[in-house]
Amino acid sequence: MNEQALLKNIRNPDASDITVYEKSGGYTGLRKALGTCSPDEVIEKVKSSGLRGRGGAGFPTGMKWSFVPKDSGKPHYLCCNADEGEPGTFKDRLLMERDPHQLVEGMIIAAYAINSNIAYVYIRGEYFLSISRVEEAIAAAYAAGYLGKNILGSDFSLDMYIHKGAGAYICGEETALLESIEGKRGQPKLKPPFPAVAGLYQCPTVVNNVETFACLPHIFRRGVDWFTSIGPADAPGPKLFCLSGHLNKPGVYELPMDISLGDLLENYGRGARTGKFKAAIPGGVSAPMIPSSGFDVQMDFSSLAAVDSMLGSAGVIALDETASIPSVARRTTEFFSHESCGKCAPCREGLTWAAKILRRIEAGDGLPDDPAQLEVLCGGIFGLTFCALGDGAAWALRATLKHFPHEYEALIKNRSIPA
Amino acid sequence: MTTDQSIASITADLTDEIQQVAKQYPIRRSAIMPALYLAQDKYGTVDGIVYQAISEILDVPEIWVFEVASFYSMYNRTKLGNYHIQFCTNVACMLLGADNVLANIQKRLDINAGETTDDGLFTLSCVECIGACDVAPVMIVNEKYYNYLTGERVIEILDQLEKDIKEAAK
Repeated sequence: MNEQALLKNIRNPDASDITVYEKSGGYTGLRKALGTCSPDEVIEKVKSSGLRGRGGAGFPTGMKWSFVPKDSGKPHYLCCNADEGEPGTFKDRLLMERDPHQLVEGMIIAAYAINSNIAYVYIRGEYFLSISRVEEAIAAAYAAGYLGKNILGSDFSLDMYIHKGAGAYICGEETALLESIEGKRGQPKLKPPFPAVAGLYQCPTVVNNVETFACLPHIFRRGVDWFTSIGPADAPGPKLFCLSGHLNKPGVYELPMDISLGDLLENYGRGARTGKFKAAIPGGVSAPMIPSSGFDVQMDFSSLAAVDSMLGSAGVIALDETASIPSVARRTTEFFSHESCGKCAPCREGLTWAAKILRRIEAGDGLPDDPAQLEVLCGGIFGLTFCALGDGAAWALRATLKHFPHEYEALIKNRSIPA
Repeated sequence: MTTDQSIASITADLTDEIQQVAKQYPIRRSAIMPALYLAQDKYGTVDGIVYQAISEILDVPEIWVFEVASFYSMYNRTKLGNYHIQFCTNVACMLLGADNVLANIQKRLDINAGETTDDGLFTLSCVECIGACDVAPVMIVNEKYYNYLTGERVIEILDQLEKDIKEAAK
């Protein structure tokens, strides 16, 4: 078993209590950061740790912070993206429900680094327990002097608030998330300008994922060398993988990113329920699926990109032989169509149309040209929308057409997939 | 369906709480989402009267309140049953038989997704991923998660919920 850092206290039912957290080394990372580093030194440390964002894009965290201007004259904002909604993903919920102080401590360190005095935690509305646990953690952190005025005797002050989402997947996209905190519909905005320059209330803003923040206390407590000693050189540190679907032992696993997809599914997920896998979606449903012949791929950002997929949210959904690929594609496309904010025509219209074709194929009424028509639709969406929702939808659908054309053909020709 | 409130009564009920939450933000518009939640927690639903009251309390245009209330799916603009079932139909749940479980719920309650039973006890909503894929298929009833659902288990759960509320009413 690999050493567990992020999940160290996850089985302790009292881990959300601040005294339990402190006893296991909690808030010493913050003390070190505040006591021994200037904000710029904190940014440099995070840069040298090689930490990359755990929300989906894998952007280097320290670099993201360094884009915040030093002399804008405006307030700076820090936001946590806890709008976890990518199907197949449930790691942030676990972190917030079981060990929320990792998130709070990480956010305080990050706010200090970017010179922010107000932080918002944007938690999806359906995560009732996460909301109350993070609320309690914030209150306890205020009481202990980790939040509020002059934190730990320094001249750094920070207020932290929860902003509850209300059921919109699109608010996981950072510009939509910021719109939502501003009290508007969650519709993405064109970048640039990036949030680091003009984000929340047009002020410099950093948005990071829950797991990204949760890594920070460990980096400052254990050191950069400890962090970089874990996993591949270009994707260091512990990573949470969410395993679901046709597996014998689904769950959240903390592992270095040099593990292969096959190893993850066989040795941690304990294999397919029927004994044989057909494919797996490696990083939430936006990530193109990988057929079982490609399971030797390493689960890091660049290796998955090299096989035309992505690590995304690391929500791994396993499909065994019984899974119908066109059905999975239909359900996934319906999801994206439903969650499209409606701003860009290619996404709004294209996905509605694609879902209609996929329903027709699944019902046995598909036309011979339908797969080609789906390809055309995907080409009309990919790269032509404001945000990545349309891209993910088209990319994921294309992978099913590319890897499993025979399943579509069989459904169209024979009205069923031969066993 | 309305909240049966007047602007004056909503203002009396919620002004203090809404002004309090508005202090967390540099602009009042940001308090629209939490204000709608406060109203919904109190009255069960949000409607035109609520939008008007919030617009007055926060001094923002009413359309700003309405456009938020109508964009986000968790603001209930129609009355829900005592039990709001949010049933996940996304991929991980689908792979493990959610469609069959859903069919059983619909049969047992004699409603489709998006409807409320005639006795007002249950509202059924099909929702997207609720982040519990490792224990799929799943649903949330009010704020409680139910895991590892099967066609039989879900009927037992619904029977129990109905029994609970009928006994509580006695």
